[in-house]
Amino acid sequence: MADRTLYEKIWSSHVIRDYEDGSSLIYVDRHLLHEVSTPQSFLAMEEKGRTLHRRSANLAVPDHAVPTVDRHKPIADPLARAQTQRLIENVARHDIPFIPLDDLRQGIVHVVGPEQGFTLPGITLACGDSHTSTHGALGALAFGIGASECGIVMATQAIRQRRAKTMRVTVTGTRAPWITAKDIALTLIARIGANGASGHAIEYAGPVISAMSMAERMTLCNMSIESGARVGMIAPDETTFDYIAGRPLAPTGEMLERALAYWKTLHSDPGAVFDREVTIGVTGLAPVVTWGNSPEDVLPIDGCIPAPAAEPDATRRGRRERALSYMGLSAEAPIEGTPIDAVFIGSCTNGRLEDLRAAAAIATGRKVAPGVRAIVVPGSGLVGRQAEAEGLVEIFRTAGFEWRAAGCSMCVAMNGDRLEPGQRCASTSNRNFEGRQGAGGRTHLMSPAMAAAAAVTGCLTDVRKLVGAEA
Amino acid sequence: MKPFTTIESHAAYLPATNIDTDIIFPARYLLLLDREGLGQYLFRDRRYEDDGTPVPDFVLNRAPFTDAKVLIAGSGFGCGSSREQAVWALTGHGICCVIAPSFGEIFASNSLKNGLLPLILSEELTADLGARAKIGAIFTIDLQNRVLKVDGEAVAPIDIPEDQRQALLNGWDETDILVKEEGERIAAFEQSHRAAQPWLFLETRL
Repeated sequence: MADRTLYEKIWSSHVIRDYEDGSSLIYVDRHLLHEVSTPQSFLAMEEKGRTLHRRSANLAVPDHAVPTVDRHKPIADPLARAQTQRLIENVARHDIPFIPLDDLRQGIVHVVGPEQGFTLPGITLACGDSHTSTHGALGALAFGIGASECGIVMATQAIRQRRAKTMRVTVTGTRAPWITAKDIALTLIARIGANGASGHAIEYAGPVISAMSMAERMTLCNMSIESGARVGMIAPDETTFDYIAGRPLAPTGEMLERALAYWKTLHSDPGAVFDREVTIGVTGLAPVVTWGNSPEDVLPIDGCIPAPAAEPDATRRGRRERALSYMGLSAEAPIEGTPIDAVFIGSCTNGRLEDLRAAAAIATGRKVAPGVRAIVVPGSGLVGRQAEAEGLVEIFRTAGFEWRAAGCSMCVAMNGDRLEPGQRCASTSNRNFEGRQGAGGRTHLMSPAMAAAAAVTGCLTDVRKLVGAEA
Repeated sequence: MKPFTTIESHAAYLPATNIDTDIIFPARYLLLLDREGLGQYLFRDRRYEDDGTPVPDFVLNRAPFTDAKVLIAGSGFGCGSSREQAVWALTGHGICCVIAPSFGEIFASNSLKNGLLPLILSEELTADLGARAKIGAIFTIDLQNRVLKVDGEAVAPIDIPEDQRQALLNGWDETDILVKEEGERIAAFEQSHRAAQPWLFLETRL
């Protein structure tokens, strides 16, 4: 057989049939559900009298609309309460495995799936959320879908799709301290554009990727959608297998041995041809932040905000002008030193234990700057428990950060955690769109350490200088 | 899904690139449980002031574009979140076709499930059509004959895969088709998949 890419291997092992028009019907092994994208899916399924195809292919958990405070009380917002209650009723009616809000395992679907061993190498996984690309970090073919498609998957376990083109992103060089997966992800998006990988499945490869922890790989795959790629993936290796072993829903014993034998074949063959190749060198990279309202608006922290006049294309020039106005920034000014009002550390991009450790390392012995509101939201209750056990929670509280319960929180701002109009936020989330963190709110994306550095100085800060100054 | 019929309408032009689904449908309205009635939230934060006053120069607030059924936009329209509400807001407002040089993939996929045609044309042609839209040209989307006309003159073929065209024209529900026509194939695939990767078929006990 001809040499194949990782994507092609997993794709072809799930093709139920190919159609004449070039699309295929593919089998979906796993489906994650949350409260926001599924109410209409259940309605669509039930109004036609259809039933759930296979219960154990599904796992549901509320995350988007749930409050991160007062979790012992009923949800205060009546709409959020009704939506969460609807999920509870829907999953009960179909006997779908469910992690309720008061369960320690509750958290963001893209943190919970890998954590519980629900996400495995070689599977197809779908969820009504664009950041489903996260799960590709384990060598899965994972993609976001809409509510209608959630209904289709629930009823049939299948979905009709066109095979994506493939893009390999090879990451080479030597990372300086404080250069994280988030910096690499944003650097890639800046290079190829917010639509640069549209129609492609990205595979991340190279020595920098091989050396990454699972948490970093998840950050990288998570951000794939911000370059337009519905799928981001990394070939599973010993780091992956070590991560999976012992997870509650992962196979064990002889079944695990069989699985491992198969999983070890899941890599792009040496002669596999990608439709597109991109190389990112990380040597000499500085920590980056976004300045505008698209994740492609990226600057090194020691850089200056680009002038719209320098952009020859009229449409792009207009977008830059609008972004500067929305963000309240001046062209050609240094981004470093821009005062902030809020800090958000969390999300499916950067809400894992390693992220909290990095932020806590900066928070240790420091205080959140006066006038800044900084919140830390673990990606799951289990991440939160471990952070507590390691003393991270104590560090954050002592430094003046608010420690919250798990959820999507201020990444999508549906649960009451949001910016006020005009407020500026250093955020570890994934989108700096207009209004994303609250109407009129201004978002700068960055790594957890950079967000923590901004919290303690009160402005966008080069974490290397902050740490270096005291070293 | 309602069958797609030939549209004749003004077209509203939003030249910006990367109009994301948060702009199309702000996240705070995702708490609503319905698919109907979402047109009022379409482009909410660009179309209305905080107090609900219409923003006078936003294209959908200006005659003759208030009831345009066609939208023309820059590349990357519908990028970002997978929220199908972005599509439901567009169709709820009466938009039947969006023309752009590229679309967010999940958005495009969602559109086809709801009778909304995402039509990809080149950057040049999109900009040219946008200019004609601004001066009030009438757009005809004739999916039956696969042709886009402006003021009666054919300007571009409507080149979409045949399965998608048929689904739109007939208003087919994809789940119905899969259940009726592919049920046996899915079951057969599942059986062999289970034999090959039995660890994927363990019963979940939380």
